[in-house]
Amino acid sequence: MIALLVPLIIAGAQVHTGDGPPKTASVLVENGRIQAVGEISPPLGTQVIAGTSLVVTAGFIDASTQLGLVEIEMIATTRDHDAEGPDSVRAAFRAVDAFNPHSSVIPIQRAHGVTTALALPTGGLIAGQGFAFDLGAEVPFLPAAAFVVQLGGREVGSRGQELAHLRAVLADARLYRKNKAAFDRNQYRQLAAHPLDLEALFPLLDGRIPLVVHAHRQADVRSTVELAAAEKLKVILAGATEAWLEAPRLAAARIPVIIDPFANLPGNFDMLQVKDDLAARLAAAGVPVILSTFSAHRVRTLRFAAGNAVRAGLPHDVALAALTTHPAAAFGLADRGRVAPGQVANLVVWSGDPFEPASQVLHVLVGGVEVPLAHRQRALFDRYRKLPATGP
Amino acid sequence: MPVVEVPPGAFTRDRSEAPAVLIRNATLLTGSLNRPRIEKGWLRLRDGMIAEVAEGEAPTPEAGEVVIEAAGQFVTPGLIDTHSHLGVYAQPGIAAHSDGNEATHPVTAHVQAGDSFWPQDPAIHRAVVGGVTTIQVLPGSANLMGGRSIVLKLHPSREVEAMRFPGAPDGLKMACGENPKRVYGERKSAPSTRMGSLAAMRERWIAARRYRHKWAVWKQKFGDGAQATEAPPERDLGLETLAAALDGKVLVHVHCYRADEMLLQLRLAAEFGYQVRSFHHAVEAYKIRDVLKEQGVSVSTWADWYGFKVEAEDAIEQNLALLAEAGVQGILHTDSPIGIQRMNQEAAKALFAGQHAGVQVNEAEAIRWLTAHPAWALGIEARTGTLEAGKMADVVVWDKHPFSVYARTRKVFIDGRLRHDADAPGPAWSDFEVGR
Repeated sequence: MIALLVPLIIAGAQVHTGDGPPKTASVLVENGRIQAVGEISPPLGTQVIAGTSLVVTAGFIDASTQLGLVEIEMIATTRDHDAEGPDSVRAAFRAVDAFNPHSSVIPIQRAHGVTTALALPTGGLIAGQGFAFDLGAEVPFLPAAAFVVQLGGREVGSRGQELAHLRAVLADARLYRKNKAAFDRNQYRQLAAHPLDLEALFPLLDGRIPLVVHAHRQADVRSTVELAAAEKLKVILAGATEAWLEAPRLAAARIPVIIDPFANLPGNFDMLQVKDDLAARLAAAGVPVILSTFSAHRVRTLRFAAGNAVRAGLPHDVALAALTTHPAAAFGLADRGRVAPGQVANLVVWSGDPFEPASQVLHVLVGGVEVPLAHRQRALFDRYRKLPATGP
Repeated sequence: MPVVEVPPGAFTRDRSEAPAVLIRNATLLTGSLNRPRIEKGWLRLRDGMIAEVAEGEAPTPEAGEVVIEAAGQFVTPGLIDTHSHLGVYAQPGIAAHSDGNEATHPVTAHVQAGDSFWPQDPAIHRAVVGGVTTIQVLPGSANLMGGRSIVLKLHPSREVEAMRFPGAPDGLKMACGENPKRVYGERKSAPSTRMGSLAAMRERWIAARRYRHKWAVWKQKFGDGAQATEAPPERDLGLETLAAALDGKVLVHVHCYRADEMLLQLRLAAEFGYQVRSFHHAVEAYKIRDVLKEQGVSVSTWADWYGFKVEAEDAIEQNLALLAEAGVQGILHTDSPIGIQRMNQEAAKALFAGQHAGVQVNEAEAIRWLTAHPAWALGIEARTGTLEAGKMADVVVWDKHPFSVYARTRKVFIDGRLRHDADAPGPAWSDFEVGR
């Protein structure tokens, strides 16, 4: 994305900086970054967005999406987030290779204030590697952002066997790393996965890339905590219906948890201890909570997901952190998630409380550039605003 | 016609347990056209019905009357979902609970959703907590003519019949578009195309007209059949349902996404002489809102679902708002055990998306998307759907304006009975959730 040459200022808005309570301030943006936050007299030639009575937040981050990896869910040729096939270890599958920055889905979601997404693969035991991108950027800023693992009940076999398989893959990845030459000389037993899959896991073993573990049942949550400790992995728990039962351990291990606050049904036998107020319970126990839509086409509902978490008891400021600073910290996105000097200028200007449906997104900046709020749906609205439609 | 109706909704609920209630000092969002918002008002519930609704200071409570002080709070009619699969796709969502699609033949007009309904679905209680008092449970959309729906009051119950909305007509679920042709086409059987779907529908309507005629001739000869010298025509439950739809006794609900296909369905209805009561999903309804207005067809749709299949690509956030502006009866439906828990928020999204885009739509209309309009689509508008004296006491007290994301229901009355009380929440209704 090409940053504006002209500096831009959002003047006198209620700014949620991500650090302490909101304050009335101006935000100066130049060269794609936030330059200053506070009382600022704009330099000559600055583009001004009047922010009086408006609310500014960092652009929201949806930490678990398939955005850019699917256009229409039921059209297989447009669906690239799941490697499918019989092999359940797909560590070498880089979802970024399938990224479509021109997907019409992206601007539709962005118009509701989401500016960054983790696009994560699905399926299998090790689904592959996900990436992070800004909504509107051609190129993801973090092409390898996380691995994804799925634990839980299986149609065939036991969840315990899946866990054993995962441990074997991690053990062989370490082994292979140590003795690559021996393998190349064909002096090796069969490995638990293809060498390319094992090699792809090296950054995970070093804790350089986090592992997102989808698990719902308490036993699987506990296994995840134990796996993180035993393998010294940087783990992020996702889904996590019964995680409240393990909240103290998760807090002690500083394991962030990604949840969908709408999910309050006993949807399967891994989710029987479901709670309406899961987010609030985890946060109260000191677990870093991240909120997500776990979707592609519903990413735009992220702000309402947060509102519903607040409705169920999560403090408003924590809900905002769950869309900004918490996911940024969990995935190591050091220059996103806050409104502070040096941060990438991903900013949203709202007419009011971002979580309320009555509030409107007025401006979205991605990488310091104001992006259009138009998209395919809006174009259809315009075409059919008057009947008969003014189409071709 | 037909001689023997499939069990009619004649069941009348015992209302003697319903307490006398006075709700006072609330803002009433009535769902009615003539007085949609009463800033400070009160209402009285008696014997399961709304006895009085008025503006101003409430009268002195009568002896034994339960008083609900609702200053700063909001009261709406109970919410109504025209499109639910609660109980037929119950929680947990396992194969053992998959009872919504009799996907063994594309025409199964003889089945009834009520026969699949599991009253212990854990999602039912959650829907009531969300302020929902009435739902239509439909068969799924795998089939062109999927069977009869049933309209239910969401009382806790051991059996479906005790939940049946007294006197509500059944619906006929039809489906066009991608689903039937996918389900059957993948099996290399008909229909595998849209034209195959329409042809199959036509054949059934032709058969239904013939069936109806046979019965009419016999009834003309022998009346109630007491003196009949000829055996009556053999009953066919599927054709009986279709014949009842031709007679307007069963209301026709058509799952249909695309504008062009809705127009085809309207032509089909005109060809055979039945009315489409509501198009469901209908994400392209905004493109033909003039026709829908002219033909008096309601539209049941979401606030913002889209993108899961090709026919859902042209959804826009202003669909309901544009329909409202054109005078079409819009309905916020959910098709979801999650969405049904926050229909108020979904309506709010659709309302504000319209207003932010400059569409003429207001709060009163958005309340009607949840109440009066779905009541009309289900043929129960004389009984529920507004806060008016003489209606069933299906009433929700909200702690905040229901179009705030933070609003929660405080009290939910169904037929005057307090079925959810946030001030004294009870145990989960479903046996499934006991002792796990």
